[in-house]
Amino acid sequence: MELKTDAKISGMGHAMKRKEDPRLIRGQGRYVDDIQLPSMLYMDIVRSPYAYAKIKSINAEAALKIPGVLAVITGETLAKYNLHWMPTISSDTQMVLPTDTVMYQAQEVAAVIATERYVAADGVEAVEVDYEPLTPMVDPFKALAKGAPVLRTDKKDQKDNLAFHWEAGDRADTDQALAAAEVVVTENVYLPRIHVASMETCGCIADFDPAQGKLTVYMTTQAPHAVRTVFALVAGHVGLSEERIRIISPDIGGGFGGKVPVYPGYVIAVAASVVIGKPVKWIEDRMENLQADSFARDYHMKVDLGARKDGTMTALRIKTVADHGYSNASANPSKFPAGLFSICTGSYDLKHAFCEVDAAYTNKPPGGVAYRCSFRVTEAVHAIERATDALAQKLGMDPAELRMMNFIKPGQFPYKSVLGWEYDSGDYHTALKKAMDLIGYDGLRKEQAEKRQRGELMGIGVCSFTEIVGAGPSKHFDILGLKMFDSAEIRVHPTGKAIARFGTKSQGQGHETTYAQIIAEELGIPASDIQVEEGDTDTAPYGLGTYASRSTPTAGAAGAMAARKIRDKARKIAAHLLEVNEGDLEWEPGKFYVKGAPQKSKTIQECAFAAYTNHPQGMEAGMEAVHYYDPPNLTFPFGSYICVVDIDRGTGEVKVRRFVAVDDCGNIINPMIVDGQIHGGLTQGIGPALYEEISYDENGNISGGSFLDYYVPTAVETPNWETAKTVTPSPHHPLGAKGVGESATVGAPPAIANAVVDALRHLGVTHIDIPITPEKVWQILHEKGVAE
Amino acid sequence: MAKHKISVTVNGSAREAEVESRLLLVHFLRETLRLTGTHIGCDTSHCGACTVLLDGEPVKSCTVLAVQADGAKVTTVEGLEQGGKLHPVQEGFTEKHGLQCGYCTPGMMMTSVALLERNKNPSEQEIRQAIAGNLCRCTGYVNIVKAVQYAAEKVR
Repeated sequence: MELKTDAKISGMGHAMKRKEDPRLIRGQGRYVDDIQLPSMLYMDIVRSPYAYAKIKSINAEAALKIPGVLAVITGETLAKYNLHWMPTISSDTQMVLPTDTVMYQAQEVAAVIATERYVAADGVEAVEVDYEPLTPMVDPFKALAKGAPVLRTDKKDQKDNLAFHWEAGDRADTDQALAAAEVVVTENVYLPRIHVASMETCGCIADFDPAQGKLTVYMTTQAPHAVRTVFALVAGHVGLSEERIRIISPDIGGGFGGKVPVYPGYVIAVAASVVIGKPVKWIEDRMENLQADSFARDYHMKVDLGARKDGTMTALRIKTVADHGYSNASANPSKFPAGLFSICTGSYDLKHAFCEVDAAYTNKPPGGVAYRCSFRVTEAVHAIERATDALAQKLGMDPAELRMMNFIKPGQFPYKSVLGWEYDSGDYHTALKKAMDLIGYDGLRKEQAEKRQRGELMGIGVCSFTEIVGAGPSKHFDILGLKMFDSAEIRVHPTGKAIARFGTKSQGQGHETTYAQIIAEELGIPASDIQVEEGDTDTAPYGLGTYASRSTPTAGAAGAMAARKIRDKARKIAAHLLEVNEGDLEWEPGKFYVKGAPQKSKTIQECAFAAYTNHPQGMEAGMEAVHYYDPPNLTFPFGSYICVVDIDRGTGEVKVRRFVAVDDCGNIINPMIVDGQIHGGLTQGIGPALYEEISYDENGNISGGSFLDYYVPTAVETPNWETAKTVTPSPHHPLGAKGVGESATVGAPPAIANAVVDALRHLGVTHIDIPITPEKVWQILHEKGVAE
Repeated sequence: MAKHKISVTVNGSAREAEVESRLLLVHFLRETLRLTGTHIGCDTSHCGACTVLLDGEPVKSCTVLAVQADGAKVTTVEGLEQGGKLHPVQEGFTEKHGLQCGYCTPGMMMTSVALLERNKNPSEQEIRQAIAGNLCRCTGYVNIVKAVQYAAEKVR
């Protein structure tokens, strides 16, 4: 990519060091739990040991006798204010605190408010709850079976456990195409429940000022503006009105989608602060975080892929049963209850496709969140990429060759997919070819063949994914009715420095740096002179927040558009100062000069100074702009990943020997940050591929509810990721960028799963569900008689 | 609950306090002394976000009682920068993009500082083993390894 600015300005394409780092490497970040307010109280939560039970009684007497325990809040307390129920992001309902029944293990049952953190925990221990256990519904297939006992008896019209049914494509046409296909592969692919497990858990400080009637909430949220509106809508009847609610999202220790929902803890803390009139802090511990916060995935997919004998794919059908737990709390746009799952035709030119999702209520925590992916893209990509490998296996073809054969061709973009999306741009062949060259694909296949002769197990896995990110456009996308545009506001000060505020919220992605670079690119003001702020609803313009790789596609674009408005004004000022017509001026990053007389020029800083000291008659003073950007389409980042695994025949352990990731996210703002995003995403891909799962026993007891059991990869399991890029700009984004934060989380699990199956395919293995733990592999090795 | 008077030298300053027997060192640092650079990431001493140096050795301060630090020297992330000069490990983390959200970073850096105290020329594998008790969810560790290698070169 050609750089338009020098390192001093550091516009697009510069590997600028991050502006966030100086405070974070000194331990001077400001995360929610770092904030301490005068007279602050602490809240801790009593949680249910049962997955499904009647609450017979809650006895707070002993807890209230503990010095320092001020209150025990129950569902009955909240019911007095009609705050014991709340809407989910998917317009379902969920309890804040129960009045009679608990619906999942670790559900909030009561909250203790105390003067100190440890005393609040003492209070939790002392609250006595008498439960009458009920038989929980754990299996989503049983939940959807005819005659299953209905769980959501609180919903009048609910006669079964179906949370929703959704479908896309032409069912009859696809059935027919599959019936006519020369070859059909069928695989049952399960993507288990996993958790974002950001290093910082969730929490808040609710600070209600009774004198002003103003509520300030410091909160781990990825979408502060939306939260403010939701609070105003839900709690309007108790006098909270939107102009008197301020949400501050300070430094966030990782979000990955898990900090999009509003959890009961936040609402209880707000209610406690409003009633008591003092700040109330609530910070989850890790077990609460893993056990009760929104999960991700939990999709049971039956995939049928049809093709001709030569390998040309013809038809795809995916039927899914989704386990949503007790309530549909998915973070999905309103019109898309299964998110963007219909991207499941992936990178391939398929003419017939149909997909459907039946979502079940069960006695598990509600969800699921779009964990580091744009609304169910991970599930869709896993299904098609696993099925593609199964097809290659059935036809005896090389999986890379089969992909090359079926890719949408560069000349077909913009490409209209059979399920209705318009892919903006792509060059899939080049990306896969690059990955094959970098890893030495042909050499590896030779090595594999030799090793197989010797009985050694080595696999090569390919995944060529296409993502769909950057929601809006607002005509199709909203959350609870709030349209999914995003915003930027830039003010250039008289001395030519600037402050810029955005409607999104970084959780580690480095927005303070990359947004400054976007403005630097457009205005030529050095990125180091531009201060970026997000997360304070009293100061930042309204936006829908950061998730689904939407920050660069939406708010980043808004930043560029706002900067262009400022440049237009600066041009008028420069013409005035140079006494020429605007049309006589040329722009280069940082200054306007007169055509044919480059020595006659005005810098952007001089224009900014004049905007406050010497602006033309009739022009408004000042230099600022705001832009709300509504994208015309989504963006479609893509990539090809290849990995090599070796399997230990004694232990069943899978070792990722090499992993090459070729990504294409369009034009790149900061290559250092892009690579960092990909490294992190890949690591959040190897986790679920090999280690991570939250599962339940038949009584609804969670396993995987602490870091003892939920195995987040360490530096030892993680390979040295090898990354490379191709650059296919988005034709509709003002900067040609596409978004990159989630590509690797989406693309890595199928690459690894495909590699493991590839290592075992000569034994007749066609599929293994992730996580591919040593135990699963060990059992296969024993069944096949090849264990050591 | 019984209280105990403790004296701890934290980042070179003598600090005294009356603490409950059960008070964890991490809460003593964060809440009593208001040194909030040391973070809490789990309850089971798996994540290492709370790593500090206790008499030079890295410990997970969520698993040490404040009373156990009585008479000891504790170094936290706030004590790394000396006389306005960043510690080479801090420099390495920013130069090599070894942090994203920054939450695991203080603990990760303290473990790295301890590693370089005992081994000024660690191999990649030795670095990976040394930080195996510190989880990072953002970086994928590649750049953390590079950051420690950068710092190792500086301290040699």
